[in-house]
This record gives sequence, structure tokens and C-alpha cells, in this order.
Amino acid sequence: MIVTGIDVGGKNVHAVITKNGTMLAKGEAPSGINKGEAAEKLYDEVLKQAGLKRQDVTRVVATGSSGSRVAFADGVIPDAAADARGVIQFIPSARTIIDVGGEEGRAMKISPEGKVLDFAINERCAAGTGTFVDTMARALEVPVEEMAKLSIKSTRSIPMNAQCAVFGESEVVSLIHQKTPKHDIARAVHDAIAGRIGSVARIVGLEDDIVMVGGVAKNTGFVESLKQALSAEVKVPKDPEYIGALGAAAAAVAGVLEEKVEAKVVEKKTIEEGKA
Amino acid sequence: MVEAKKVEYWRWPETSWVNPGIDWRKGKFITGGVDVGSVSSQAVVMVDGQLYAYSNTRTGSDSPESAWKCMNMALEGSDLKVDNIDYCIGTGYGRVNVPMAQQTITEIACHARGANFMYGPEVRTVMDMGGQDCKAIRCDDRGKVLKFMMNDKCAAGTGRGMEVFADLIRVPVWEIGSRSFQIDKEPPMISSTCVVFAKTEVVGLLQEGKPENEIIAAYCAAMAHRITELLNRLGVEEKFAITGGIAKNIGVVKRLEKEIGFNTVEAVWYDPKMREKGLPFDTQIAGGIGAALFANAMLERGRVKSARKA
Repeated sequence: MIVTGIDVGGKNVHAVITKNGTMLAKGEAPSGINKGEAAEKLYDEVLKQAGLKRQDVTRVVATGSSGSRVAFADGVIPDAAADARGVIQFIPSARTIIDVGGEEGRAMKISPEGKVLDFAINERCAAGTGTFVDTMARALEVPVEEMAKLSIKSTRSIPMNAQCAVFGESEVVSLIHQKTPKHDIARAVHDAIAGRIGSVARIVGLEDDIVMVGGVAKNTGFVESLKQALSAEVKVPKDPEYIGALGAAAAAVAGVLEEKVEAKVVEKKTIEEGKA
Repeated sequence: MVEAKKVEYWRWPETSWVNPGIDWRKGKFITGGVDVGSVSSQAVVMVDGQLYAYSNTRTGSDSPESAWKCMNMALEGSDLKVDNIDYCIGTGYGRVNVPMAQQTITEIACHARGANFMYGPEVRTVMDMGGQDCKAIRCDDRGKVLKFMMNDKCAAGTGRGMEVFADLIRVPVWEIGSRSFQIDKEPPMISSTCVVFAKTEVVGLLQEGKPENEIIAAYCAAMAHRITELLNRLGVEEKFAITGGIAKNIGVVKRLEKEIGFNTVEAVWYDPKMREKGLPFDTQIAGGIGAALFANAMLERGRVKSARKA
């Protein structure tokens, strides 16, 4: 059976075409303003890559924060469910999944069957997301791909005071002014997000094996920081940014066209009461 | 070849003022208050508890330098020297790095005290909207802090957030307020709280071709809403005053008044005749005024000795 999984996130769209569990084609594109259109375009691209036509595909399942915008999908599943289905195919021992994407960070506990048992999410705040790394890389004037290499070179951990990405930018600039080496700043940035994501993960509880997915999982510097923040081993599957799309494809194979997952939304506490 | 100059839309004008109606030599106590904030710094000089001079400047990367810069600017139009000051108090985020200060007091206490002076003793709620934080303060008729709520963790609802927005939309930050009312219909507010995500949302609206002023209105409304959350947690009691940089942005202030159902109180500290002449009034100097007033009260009560050098 040939199926398509398409993951429409806040920042990027990922699409995969699989045939009997083997990946035929994969593609990535920025989701932009018109997310439905971006998905459509990317779908045509991966079809071309696989040498297929739309009618060759049995089923299309979409996922991601804008999964519902995919007009050509037969079904839509929540991203947590897609992550769980995606991870369990490659790492059956996975019990905790941490997904850090462009605009969201989430953690879920899953059953050996790949069912989501508990799910917490950090949204509406760029702290603890890929956007935070992008912003700080810009302030550091290094390409975001360089952040991992830099951070791994660091032997010193400097705590960042700022949780907010906007304040973090000013903090990075003042660290540069203080002549702090770039690799130590890169690590401080990764440590800051890891700390934030770690607290989201602790809400669902940490159980081995812990698996990290999402675009930020490709940043080995961040994965190191996460391991330290959790004091635990963290596994990363191949193509971690495609896990959501692969999970959607797995759902398509199983004929699952909808699924429900309840999330605990973690609101960052920003208002504090002071003592006079 | 014409070189394009990079316009910094966030850059607000620095100001200073010296009171022509006061002869400092006749004063008993000359006190200073220096408020070094994360984004802006103010120096205030008072003669026997009356406002003599002030300045409002941008904070640099070095706190002591920023403190000197704003103090020197405040005294630019006067023959009063820093050495003539009897007692000076530092406040704000960088208060421990104010070289000319003999003591420090928290900015919460100073803002309440300063608002009491600027807006009158009937003020019970002060909203200080700073560069990197905002604080809602309840105080008594002497400007003593009773209770406060603050947000210093998130840029939403702070002056820095507004600067980031001004830069993005390429409209000078001081024009944002008036531009936000040049609209046909109030648009829905920007839905992202996070400044970083709001930026993405704004870029999307611009690409959709939404009128610039409508986007400005949508951002001002979001900011007003964010601050309302803080005020509601504290509980607002009249009279209500806003201090800090955002107090100058009527786009946020008017929408905030509408949301909480209270009007902000007008400043009272200067006499109306001076006001008619258009003499400057800066909402950002409340912390500095409070600090200088504390210094004056300490000297009057003999709690501290004059540190005057000349």
C-alpha cells in the first residue's frame, strides 16, 4: 500500500510517501502564510520525486498544528499521536517522547503499543522552541547549523537569566560585549531551552527510553544539553524532523483517520506577587 | 551613490529639562535620584523636594557610564554640579552600579513614591510600564507600597516589546499611539502573546495587505490586554496612574482604560501655567523622582548626613 503522511507545523511542512513501510520520498518546505497551499505544493514535489501520481496513493493522513488545512488529506491526527506512531516504528523501547519544533515544545508518555498516555505542551511562548535557537543564532551572527558545533566545544556552563527570547537576545548581545566565547554562549542558549523543555517533560514523568524528535533534535549540541538537564540518556531516531509525517503515514496504513489526545498545556508563569 | 541610512524606528528621543523657576543656591537640601533601568535611565535633581532638573536617556551596556550620562545630561542647562548634591539615591535594575549614589532603594518603592508626587496623593494604583518588565503597584496616600504584582520574565507588555514591533513595522515608536487610531474599525487584536510569535503574525498580516495602522491598532490592543491581566490579578482601585515609557503611548493607554473601566489620572506636579507653555513632562521619571524624594526625607529627618562635596 502506498500512503502519504504530511506534517504541517508552524514553521515547516514535512511530507513522506511510503510503500509497505519503506520510504519512497520525503520533502521539507517552509509553511509560510498559506499553509494549505504550501502543503499542496510540497505534496506534488514528493509525488514527482517518487515518480507517482495522486491516484497511486491509497490514503493521505495529515498532522501538525495546521494539519486541518490540508485539503487533500483523508484524515487528520493530532501531532502527539503522530509522534507516538512515528517513534514506536523505529525505537520500540521508547516510553517518553520529547518533540521540539519551530514553535512548540512538547513531551508525551507512550505505551509499548505507541498510544499516548500523557501529554504536556509548551505553546504561545518562544522559550523552549526552535525559534529561540534561531533568534539567538542571529544575535550571535552564526548560521543556526553552526550552533551545535560551537556548543559542543564549550567546557563551561553559563546560566542565562532570560527565559524570554526577546530578553535573551539582549543577554546574548551583552555576553558578546563581555567577550564571552561564542561556543560558551551557544551552550548557554541550548542549556536554557533544555531547562525549559525538561520542566515540560517532568510533568508527564520521565521513563526510559527517552526519545527526542522534531527539527531541533538534529542539533546535537541541544541534545547534549537535554541529556544533562534530564540526567538521562536521550535517543534520536534518523530523520527526527520527519517523525510526525512518518507517524501520519503509519496511521494511513492502519486506516486511522482520526484520533483524540488530551494535552496539559503548560503556561509559563510570568506574573509574580511581590512583597512590599 | 546615495547610501541608505538605517532608520532605527525604536529609537525614542532623549530629553532633559531644568526648572527656570528655582534658584538652587537658595535651597537647603539638594537631592538626586538616578534610575538605571534595563532600557532607559533617568536622573532627577530636586531642591527641597521640588523638581529642579531631569533627564531621560537610553541605558548603555555599562551601568555606571549610563548613570553618569543621564546625570550629566540633566545638569547640562544648569550651573549646579554633581558635587553640590547633598544626597543621591540609586534605583532601578542597575541601582547597585550608580557611582554618585550614597544608597539604593528598590524601583517599586521609588515608583510609588514618585507617582504620588506626579499624580497626587489620591493615586492608589500605579502601573509602571518599564522597558523589560511591568509592575502593578497598590499604594497609600503617602505613596507607600502596599502590594504589587510584576512580570519580568516575558517581553509581552513591556517597552522592549513595543520597540521590537516599531522596528518591524517601520514606524517611529512615538508615532505608534496616534497612528493606532487612524483606522475605520477596531481590528481583532494580535492573538500571539509572545513577542517573537507576534512578529510572525504581524509579518503575515502585512503580506496579506492589511493596512499598517490597523496592524498597529491590533498590536496596541494586545498589549493593553496583556497588561490588564496583570492589573486584574492585583485589583485596580482609583485613582489609577501609569508611569514608564508606555504611558506615552495613547494607543495602549486608551485601550487599557477601556478594558479595565478606569481612566488614568492626569499629572498634577506642575502648575497649569507651566503646562500651558508646553513645558516637558516625562512619565519615565517617576522612579528618579521617588528616589530623590526619599533622599530629601532622609536629610530632613536627620537620618543621613549630607555627602555634599562642594
